[in-house]
Amino acid sequence: MQRESESTEEPEPPGRRRRRREGRTRTVRSNLLPPPSAEDSVAGATKGERLQRLGCVQHVADNRLKTTKYTLLSFLPKNLFEQFHRLANVYFVFIALLNFVPAVNAFQPGLALAPVLFILAVTAFKDLWEDYSRYRSDHEINHLGCLVFSREEKKYVNRFWKEIHVGDFVRLRCNEIIPADILLLSSSDPDGLCHIETANLDGETNLKRRQVVRGFSELVSEFNPLTFTSVIECEKPNNDLTRFRGCIIHDNGKKAGLYKENLLLRGCTIRNTEAVVGIVIYAGHETKALLNNSGPRYKRSQLERQMNCDVLWCVLLLVCMSLFSAVGHGLWMQRYQDKKALFDVPESDGSSLSPVTAAVYSFLTMIIVLQVLIPISLYVSIEIVKVCQVYFINQDIELYDEETDSQLQCRALNITEDLGQIQYIFSDKTGTLTENKMVFRRCTVSGIEYSHDANAQRLARYQEADSEEEEVPRGGSSQRGSIGSHQSIRILHRSQSTKSYCKKTLGSLLDPTHHVYPFSPQEKDITPDPKLLEKVNECDKYLAISRHQEHPLAQLSPELSDVFDFFIALTICNTVVVTSPDQPRQKASHGVPPRAHDALALLRSPSVVSLPEGDFMSTLSNDSMLFRLEERLGQPTPAIASNGYSSPADSWEPEYPQEPQPKQELRFEAESPDEAALVYAAKAYNCALVDRLHDQVSVELPHLGRLTFELLHTLGFDSIRKRMSVVIRHPLTDEINVYTKGADSVVMDLLLPCSSGQHQNKIRSKTQNYLNLYAMEGLRTLCIAKRVLSKEEYACWLQSHLEAESSVDNREELLFQSAIRLETNLHLLGATGIEDRLQDGVPETITKLRQAGLQIWVLTGDKQETAINIAYACKLLDHDEEVITLNAESQEACAALLDQCLHHVQSRGSYTPEKTESCVNVGFSSLPSLVIDGRSLAYALDKNLEDKFLFLAKQCRSVLCCRSTPLQKSMVVKLVRSKLKAMTLAIGDGANDVSMIQVADVGVGISGQEGMQAVMASDFAVPRFRYLERLLIVHGHWCYSRLANMVLYFFYKNTMFVGLLFWFQFYCGFSASAMIDQWYLIFFNLLFSSLPQLVTGVLDKNVPAHVLLLKPQLYKSGQNREEYRPRAFWLNMVDAAFQSLICFFIPYLAYYDSDVDMFTWGTPITAIALFTFLLHLGIETKTWTWLNWTACVFSIFLFFTVALIYNASCATCYPPSNPYWTMQALLGDPVFYLICLIAPITALLPRWVLEFVSDPFETLSKDCASEASQHTQQPSCSPKTNREPSTVDISVPLREDTVLEDLGAQAPGSSRPDEAVLEACPENSKRKPTSSSQEAPLPSLFNLPSFSSLNWISSLSLVSGLGSVLQLSRSSLQMDKQDGEFLSTPPQPDQDLHGLQGQATDYF
Amino acid sequence: MAMNYNAKDEVDGGPPGAPGGTTKTRRPDNTAFKQQRLPAWQPFLTAGTVLPTFFIIGLIFIPIGIGIFVTSNNIREIEIDYTGIEPSSPCNKCLSPVSTPCICTINFTLEKSFEGNVFMYYGLSNFYQNHRRYVKSRDDSQLNGDRSALLNPSKECEPYRRNEDKPIAPCGAIANSMFNDTLELFLVANESDPTLTLIPLKRKGIAWWTDKNVKFRNPPGTESLKERFKDTTNPVNWLKPVYELDPEDEDNNGFINEDFIVWMRTAALPTFRKLYRLIERKNDLHPTLPAGRYYLNITYNYPVHSFDGRKRMILSTVSWMGGKNPFLGIAYITIGSISFLLGVVLLVINHKYRNSNNTADITI
Repeated sequence: MQRESESTEEPEPPGRRRRRREGRTRTVRSNLLPPPSAEDSVAGATKGERLQRLGCVQHVADNRLKTTKYTLLSFLPKNLFEQFHRLANVYFVFIALLNFVPAVNAFQPGLALAPVLFILAVTAFKDLWEDYSRYRSDHEINHLGCLVFSREEKKYVNRFWKEIHVGDFVRLRCNEIIPADILLLSSSDPDGLCHIETANLDGETNLKRRQVVRGFSELVSEFNPLTFTSVIECEKPNNDLTRFRGCIIHDNGKKAGLYKENLLLRGCTIRNTEAVVGIVIYAGHETKALLNNSGPRYKRSQLERQMNCDVLWCVLLLVCMSLFSAVGHGLWMQRYQDKKALFDVPESDGSSLSPVTAAVYSFLTMIIVLQVLIPISLYVSIEIVKVCQVYFINQDIELYDEETDSQLQCRALNITEDLGQIQYIFSDKTGTLTENKMVFRRCTVSGIEYSHDANAQRLARYQEADSEEEEVPRGGSSQRGSIGSHQSIRILHRSQSTKSYCKKTLGSLLDPTHHVYPFSPQEKDITPDPKLLEKVNECDKYLAISRHQEHPLAQLSPELSDVFDFFIALTICNTVVVTSPDQPRQKASHGVPPRAHDALALLRSPSVVSLPEGDFMSTLSNDSMLFRLEERLGQPTPAIASNGYSSPADSWEPEYPQEPQPKQELRFEAESPDEAALVYAAKAYNCALVDRLHDQVSVELPHLGRLTFELLHTLGFDSIRKRMSVVIRHPLTDEINVYTKGADSVVMDLLLPCSSGQHQNKIRSKTQNYLNLYAMEGLRTLCIAKRVLSKEEYACWLQSHLEAESSVDNREELLFQSAIRLETNLHLLGATGIEDRLQDGVPETITKLRQAGLQIWVLTGDKQETAINIAYACKLLDHDEEVITLNAESQEACAALLDQCLHHVQSRGSYTPEKTESCVNVGFSSLPSLVIDGRSLAYALDKNLEDKFLFLAKQCRSVLCCRSTPLQKSMVVKLVRSKLKAMTLAIGDGANDVSMIQVADVGVGISGQEGMQAVMASDFAVPRFRYLERLLIVHGHWCYSRLANMVLYFFYKNTMFVGLLFWFQFYCGFSASAMIDQWYLIFFNLLFSSLPQLVTGVLDKNVPAHVLLLKPQLYKSGQNREEYRPRAFWLNMVDAAFQSLICFFIPYLAYYDSDVDMFTWGTPITAIALFTFLLHLGIETKTWTWLNWTACVFSIFLFFTVALIYNASCATCYPPSNPYWTMQALLGDPVFYLICLIAPITALLPRWVLEFVSDPFETLSKDCASEASQHTQQPSCSPKTNREPSTVDISVPLREDTVLEDLGAQAPGSSRPDEAVLEACPENSKRKPTSSSQEAPLPSLFNLPSFSSLNWISSLSLVSGLGSVLQLSRSSLQMDKQDGEFLSTPPQPDQDLHGLQGQATDYF
Repeated sequence: MAMNYNAKDEVDGGPPGAPGGTTKTRRPDNTAFKQQRLPAWQPFLTAGTVLPTFFIIGLIFIPIGIGIFVTSNNIREIEIDYTGIEPSSPCNKCLSPVSTPCICTINFTLEKSFEGNVFMYYGLSNFYQNHRRYVKSRDDSQLNGDRSALLNPSKECEPYRRNEDKPIAPCGAIANSMFNDTLELFLVANESDPTLTLIPLKRKGIAWWTDKNVKFRNPPGTESLKERFKDTTNPVNWLKPVYELDPEDEDNNGFINEDFIVWMRTAALPTFRKLYRLIERKNDLHPTLPAGRYYLNITYNYPVHSFDGRKRMILSTVSWMGGKNPFLGIAYITIGSISFLLGVVLLVINHKYRNSNNTADITI
């Protein structure tokens, strides 16, 4: 079949595929056209150019995939060439070749080559095997089939993937994988759409929409490839998955732009679309997927670097020994030169060798003989051990995540031991510490806060199933409500770890009616705020009535209109795709159990609503609050969000019949979880997104019915703008509206100028205030804004936008500019707060890692307040520790602040009693934490300041970098890595963490919600953050200790072995003679003594896993490189020297002045060495499994078997040694056994005693130390020193604050609530007299040197700084209250707090 | 087919993982090996395990040492240096011989009789038979009777490969420097009677059986040895050709001459002895060498004085563990004692330490 299809391919002249050399574009035209002759006018090419093009045709790749490195012919030379890049190999080959020089040879030349060849062969075989498996997978992929249009047969025929060429037309059906980068020309979808799943490419499972090229979607008849005569001009192949641009030039000279929405990328899967046709643009290795394939990374581990250093020491030692020996030989020669010694062998011409020449020869021979000192098998052994370690880490069932069915993946094979030495962890926040499952929590619309208490309480009840029902705090002041929910969030954080458990068990424990929500994921599960729901319904009803009037919206009050716009914006300002479950890609969804349906139906019927409260409540025990709530509001719409759908209040409204069932089970496929959360939230308010096409969005409202918005533009989200917008035509008003959703920091700046009215101004300041509040609670905030465009404005903008869109060169830049032009003068609608829950076990993991001596830095793009709150929640920050906040607006300010902070930190270190009154010194026993924002970070990372910053950060317990860009993240990691010479680990889940992950010594990716980019870049991929604990503390420790011990053992072993030879030189005239047979000498390392150490290196556990987890402090041994430090290396060397002395001199003395010959004497020494090695390993091995025993026995067995066979095989074959029958004779000699018994034991006696003496004592002292450190830490948590949390907020905000005037005016008043704060803390009364210095804490902040020297800071900014201090201390106080210590305190301070809040809200 | 496509392989470029298995759970097997839970013996170095080991070592080593020491002490051995460096020595005259061969006689007395087989060694000191170039300077093929190697010895034998265009047999420095003193032992029957009894010295049975029968062979042929070696010449230092090494026994000539074989087994250390003759015991009633005066008759050929070497004649009986060697016994006793002592010291320390802190055994 392959033949056949190839033969159909062959007649096609290759000239069809076009490619323009000039410029940065490629031209593609149909392969089905006859060779172009006259129509060159289109491309504007001359004949010469065409010839040139013909010449470069072969440069265009076909779709054949070839990832193999070698061919049959090129394998040997290429592989050898690559292997000789490793210096050690060159060295060993050099040594082996030296053996071919007769004057210096020590061994049979062929034999000397054997180990090198063996090592090379093993490596080559491994490469070959890898290459072969690549070849096989290539082959498989190349021979996948797909439908390609054939010119001859005028229809689509089946071809292999590898036969696809650029310019071919390919027809793909549903669920087929896209074989190449294809420009979408036709789709079975009536709207010219095509959905693809890019999971293979980036791991994102949501559907992406692709669109037929403009101009082809309008075709009525089916697309016929034969009629395709247009020319496509596009970019050269590149690896940017998110970008594609070009244009298609039709025959009539018309141009149309091509975007990434038109391109189907290789590796993606067609979904939800019956069939599509496209033309191949890039094929094979030019596809974006393959250009992204950068191959596995090579990192060199810390240990290996250290080891290489020690290898150099060994080389030095080798040279020294050889030199010593050479000098000795020279002197020896001089002594016997003219003494006619019988044993002196003259040169071949009879003249005697001059001492100098003899010394030179001796030197070279010594290098050959002692080459064993550089362990040839070290590198191979290390690689084997690492592969096995990786295997065991992968296999660890404790690192397996049931939920996602994924286990830990080691993607880098050679840095396992680095896991045991990490000193700094750099963590992302979103998706790493948190679930990245967004739950809509609160919102504020038009300056009014809707706290969604019911939602909060319901969430809280997941943790505390037995919590009593609280009275719904309703009406009244929204401020009070906000406090209430604030507290509930605290509860939420505290009981994180039990959440999942409760979630799972709750549903089964409670009675069946509760299936309504415990079964549904929380993110879809939103209880609407009753007040807001009422308003939405009001709008809806009103609009339904007045929809046919001229300006329906104008009749609404501004607030209601805002509410309506707010929800419309939530619903449509996104890129969420709506899918329904009957489509093939739908995963097996956990459907609503029938009983729940029943319950729902029951609820929907009006009779239920009219039921007396009490009766019904008794049947629905726990969630009765929900109904009561609705009851009270007199709102009979039981909008219960369940399983992702909320039922419209249709039963209540007879003119809207019940929706068909499938409609209700719509799924929202969003690119980011935030979007999904918002859409689900809107749905809870009956504002449901039902359909999204490329040019229209439909929203279903209960009264209004389906509203279809004409979608004019979508300005996608980007990290620079930090916002996205949609431009729509409003169906009710026919106005052009822009809805913008984005980070508050940017959107707030884009609002209409203040002049637009006092009311707007107030709304804005209120919203800002709530935003701050949300952020403090750890919510992610988004601002929603709107702009109404007049027809003229729109037309004006549209023109420039279209220009931007059609430009090929700097389209992105122009589009960016265009978007910025549009997103101005916005009208603020409201803001949302989305909660991102902490992952399970994060606080515990962080605590453990802390105990293990790891410094944890969190680098996040989130707001400072959000980040700080998450940090508190996950125990990264402690309530009774000091937080230094660093916010600077300029380089100089940053420098000054750093200086002050440093000064402060240092003065804290030198604690003086006079300063007790200062708040700062309160938490002196624990280290402070540092919070720095992105802008300050940018200054701090400057060359001049980085040292100071680092010095400060080093003094801090944890560091929190907020609002940091990906680049900054990587810069921070790089800084710590290079300046502190520390081992760093970066963990993250998203594309924004990739650079950080790549820079760090160890990169860990979390296979989370945000795709696979982080995992692709990482060395290890974990399913959850909490697995980091086991990965580092257990596996890291093991890997490090195993490898360190193995490397040390290697050095010891070789030194000891070489030592034997070296001592012999003193008794053979330094002539580089060896008493150990050359075979043993060469194969000893490779065969006889290698297996046991490999087994130990793979399996040994110096401390069992549960102890490691129990005592994370043990991890510090790896950080401090205790196992493998220079001292250990040299100690080992000394021990090796001692052991070799013993192992040499016991046989020496035992055989002194006997008739023993050289090899009969050398063989016992070899045997002794083997026994000593094994015994030494036995002392080092902490756990003996049957594998260890087997390996040891096998080693001994192998040695004796080989020796016996070798000594019996040939009488004359192995000159110069003549080992014939030596071993056999030895076995009959009792002295052999006697020395084999005494020598190893004597050699190991000192080490054994040392181990025994040091081991228990050391661990004990370690324990004592850790206990002591715990004692020193304890005061910080003991009630004596547990004082008011101190906060040092050193901020220099210069940002324009619109409410600064207000603030300045009311600043004096703000100190009053502060008194209340102080009184609320009972410790204060103990600490200082209430009479004199009630205001002490705050002013004392300003007495700090930092503040006194900040005289250039305007008083206004000082006051605002004060404000933020207030805020922080307030929040921390509340947190303290949660600790239960203040249970006895009367609620009075609470009220004071509310008062404070009430005041504060006005001027923030 | 298309469904099994795994783009990750493509992106990774590495070897494919388990393809397809999407339905299968990726949960690792919960086996003891994979979870690293193999049953293991953990020899923690605690007092409970280490101290007994010390005592056991001591208890085993000391008796062995005593046994070896006693055995070694029971071995009779006499060593006579006949280098002749001291002017009083009878062999002093042979240092600068007036006439060759130089014969000197040394008399000595055996205080106690030697029972059983007695081995006669010659010992050399400061003789580097283990020198690298020396050790290499031989041709095993030639010694194995290979004809081509006989006439064309290996290059390793240089410069003792050819002499006057004739190949040297046996070639090489080792053979060239073969020990060529002749030692004869006479028993003085009694003080008054000066008649000397020649002690019969056995020339055969001193080499390894495998050496004589496998490793060393004369060139093949049925003709006389002289014929077989006819195109070769003797080593430069040799007085007689290789086929006349043993004037008494035709079978002990050529490469299989046992003196030659013994010499060719190069000694490990610069002070060594080599078996020279056997004195077999006659019967159970008489000691092999009764106590009394002996004369050692030396035909002094071998020059060792020039390089500060020494020559000795050693008579020794043997035990189950070979010749006299006090070292091993002492070593065993010493190590045993040290081990025992360490055990005691550590026991004391441990006892004291334990009392002060009981947490020692809780820690790992």
